[in-house]
Amino acid sequence: MSRHFWLAVATLAWREFVRFWRERARVAGFVGSPLLFWLIIGSGFGDLAFFFPGAVTLTVMVSATFSTMSLIEDRREGFLLSVLVSPAPRSAMVLGKVLGASTLAWLQGLMLLGFLPLAGLRPAAASVLAAALFLYLIAFTFTALGFLIAWQMESSQGFHAVMNLVLFPLWMVSGALFSPSSAHGWMRLLMQWNPLTYSLAALRRLLGTAADPALPALAPSVMVTAACALTLFVLATLAVRHPPKRSFA
Amino acid sequence: MIVSVRNLTHRYGSRVALDNLSFDVAPGTIFGLLGPNGSGKSTLFRILATMMAPTSGRATIDGFDAVRQAGEVRRRIGVVFQSPSLDRKLTVGENLAAQGHLYGLAGATLKARIGATLERLGLADREQDLVETLSGGLRRRVEIAKALLYGPSVLLLDEPSSGLDPAARLELISAIAALRDGQGVTVLLTTHVLEEADRCDRLLLLHQGRRVAEGTPAELKSRVGGDVVLLEVADAAAMRGRLRERFGIEPQLADGLLRVEIPNGHRFLTEVVEAFPGAIRSISLHRPTLEDVFLDETGVSIGQEARA
Repeated sequence: MSRHFWLAVATLAWREFVRFWRERARVAGFVGSPLLFWLIIGSGFGDLAFFFPGAVTLTVMVSATFSTMSLIEDRREGFLLSVLVSPAPRSAMVLGKVLGASTLAWLQGLMLLGFLPLAGLRPAAASVLAAALFLYLIAFTFTALGFLIAWQMESSQGFHAVMNLVLFPLWMVSGALFSPSSAHGWMRLLMQWNPLTYSLAALRRLLGTAADPALPALAPSVMVTAACALTLFVLATLAVRHPPKRSFA
Repeated sequence: MIVSVRNLTHRYGSRVALDNLSFDVAPGTIFGLLGPNGSGKSTLFRILATMMAPTSGRATIDGFDAVRQAGEVRRRIGVVFQSPSLDRKLTVGENLAAQGHLYGLAGATLKARIGATLERLGLADREQDLVETLSGGLRRRVEIAKALLYGPSVLLLDEPSSGLDPAARLELISAIAALRDGQGVTVLLTTHVLEEADRCDRLLLLHQGRRVAEGTPAELKSRVGGDVVLLEVADAAAMRGRLRERFGIEPQLADGLLRVEIPNGHRFLTEVVEAFPGAIRSISLHRPTLEDVFLDETGVSIGQEARA
């Protein structure tokens, strides 16, 4: 049973990689966007060190959520149906997709981490390693979120609309653009309730850009992120037990 | 009986899709569900494929309940959906390998199984091809290979030849017949294509979720009285009356044609042509088809409703 479970997970994750690799446009975007990023930070605007963690987070968030959009296509074609009528557990289907897509987003984030010195950041090797691992947690969280939303969506346009409505506001009040202590009243409250604030705080602490005393500490920040990852994954697993009927042709 | 359906009813809201349907499928046969779109065959297919629970009644495959023992049923069925389930970005071999993994097959066993399955369907030289480079007919055969990989006892096919050209359709039907003959696979398929239905060992005719008739294609066709004569005339209503008067028969009006079922159709044909010179645009005679059977039982044609 458990061997079967992991075999199914591995094959579905592997499929995400192969599909990615065979679609040249996606590969170009994968390598291209960090290059663009490098060009911009290389030109040296503002407080690079401050914006760096937010930019890495945004890239990973967007890459992770949008890679789950293929779920909509899988459902429109029959691929997903054949997985659903196979004896493989549904949770294996979710995990395979999420692991594959999140690993791709994570690799993109790692490429960006390579630009740390350019932003004037020189954390210890152990901190960089910890930040890299933590970045995976962010990628996993947003892939699970993307999965959960893509599962309910009829079209990729709808998915785009919903994700833009969720992702960017989340990011903007996460402390990526301004620190919590410079925010007032309700904005500060919003930031406190935004789980992404904690993810970003953890990344800031690991990368050494956490000058703001109002920033949450590392341990609770990691815990909040991990709790989000787990919750979203469990919700996605529960959601696939009842497929939305009308979207199956 | 390898597939057994008892008093199956399914409703979507207030619309009844399946109405107290019962039938059995014997092992090693090709069993066809023939009916127009909306006749309930897709609903039935989904229930048998463990994708949906019926409102009431039960369906079993190899003795396992499609709802309560879905896991056991899934290990015993190979399913080919109407929408393509192959990943176009993967090769034929990669698609089959992924399928094998989902069924817990791996390593040398899987490799051997893939080779043998492709061989069986005449696809051995296609293993390395990307699916997106294959023709529609070949893709459909790969779909069947994918469904057969695990060695299921029942193969479920939803409109297997839809979207295929006539040549590819015939080839596919032959491939399916070969599976039954060679491996004793039981095949349950839905169709509204007559050529396909004709090649089934047994047919269940469905209309509005109800059983219309069941039997072998030959049995079903023998229910039609004699031959079928189709007349194309300028004024169908008037001609209908004249035929009733002259021959004492009640022609049906279907698809703009007058349709007469009559023994010794060839004699009737010549008599009609001589009786109403100039009134008939065209006239034809054929042995009863499954379409005639369906028309007789329901008053609608399979194609007519499929187009609507």
